[in-house]
Amino acid sequence: MVATPISEWQAFIAFLALVITASLIAKIEITTLLKRAVIEVPFILFAILMPFFGTGEKFSVGPLDLYRAGLLAGASIVAKGTLGVLCAVLLSTTTTARELLRGLERLRLPIVMVQIASFMLRYINVISDEMQRMKVARESRGFEATGIKHWKILATSAAALFIRSYERGERVHLAMLSRGFDGNLPQSELRRVGVNVWLKALSISIIALLISILTQVIG
Amino acid sequence: MHIPDGFIDIPTSAAFAAIAAAAVAISLKGAKSSLDEKTAPLAGLTATFIFAVQMLNFPVAAGTSGHLLGGALAAVLIGPFAATLAITVVLLMQGLLFADGGLSAMGLNVFNMSVVGVWVGYTIFLLVKKLLPRSKSSIAIAATIGALLSVPAAAASFGLQYALGGTSTFSIGAVFTAMIGTHILIGIGEAIITGFAVAAVMASRSDLVYGFKGETTPLEVRTHNE
Repeated sequence: MVATPISEWQAFIAFLALVITASLIAKIEITTLLKRAVIEVPFILFAILMPFFGTGEKFSVGPLDLYRAGLLAGASIVAKGTLGVLCAVLLSTTTTARELLRGLERLRLPIVMVQIASFMLRYINVISDEMQRMKVARESRGFEATGIKHWKILATSAAALFIRSYERGERVHLAMLSRGFDGNLPQSELRRVGVNVWLKALSISIIALLISILTQVIG
Repeated sequence: MHIPDGFIDIPTSAAFAAIAAAAVAISLKGAKSSLDEKTAPLAGLTATFIFAVQMLNFPVAAGTSGHLLGGALAAVLIGPFAATLAITVVLLMQGLLFADGGLSAMGLNVFNMSVVGVWVGYTIFLLVKKLLPRSKSSIAIAATIGALLSVPAAAASFGLQYALGGTSTFSIGAVFTAMIGTHILIGIGEAIITGFAVAAVMASRSDLVYGFKGETTPLEVRTHNE
């Protein structure tokens, strides 16, 4: 999808339709999809500026003077970036974190990396709760961060958070040792995946590939 | 804010993904030799810490605020190998679970932040530490300068990727200047916060600071009749 040139614009409309159909089938609300795509806004702003500042061939649309190359490249960034974000949102809303990790393991991501990621997912709520409690404690002492002069206090909180996280890591490690940990985590049970599931899972990629080949052939 | 899909072309993304993968493989080896079987829980909890601390907002002025990036901070606290692993995992999870950073751009983001950001920060930290007298406060100063330079270095690395495979029409020079310019400012903020944070960890648990390992002065024996 990222490899398709922007001049094959029909393909991108088809890609968008595909992503939206997939999210409809997955029963994801369009508003959820949009809310989580907000992360991309700074890059869209960057891309919108491109047709106005550039070099080369110019043409005018109404009162605006636009650069052709900038418009094309900007449109390409918006289209590909948006589709990428939508796909990632689709993946993360339909797949649990545990399944994602198992998938990464199957894709031969080094096992230590998978373990680090699984610890991160397991403890993220604990650590962010810890951070929240520290915030409440600061505020209950009348602290309000308003400017650079408060950075020292916030940085000290970050340091305290690091010490607490690291010490928790040590305790977790000791707890693991006392349960017989020898450096390898037991393999999580492998679920047999049937042909049907494979076909369903691959259908989106296959349709996207077909769209891209078709437009190359026709265009 | 990470590079999304389609911003840098595929060959460049693939090349940087290969470099990033090699760097992660080296870091895995390095972390295993220093942390051994503790790697997973300690790097895992540090990754969680980095992820959480990026949500901590530092007010700048007039309602704007920024957050810590944590590359140099992690390198000084847990060592560059484990820091590379932790930040790579943070980036992977941000891309997969929060759609922050395109999946085809993962190699680019990992290269900029967990390779360039961490290792430039750590190298500068080591150099400055050598120049300064051996004392606890030197560690915080060295970390400050490491953080100060690591952020523009990561921005310059983005500039390089843009020069090789940028898909937009802004001139390379303009993007480079804008990126470095804003990131020098961000680097100053990163430096101050990193310095304070390292100083605070040094004050309470200096034994945890990787950059301080092997710097302990021998115990002084004092007797009452001296």
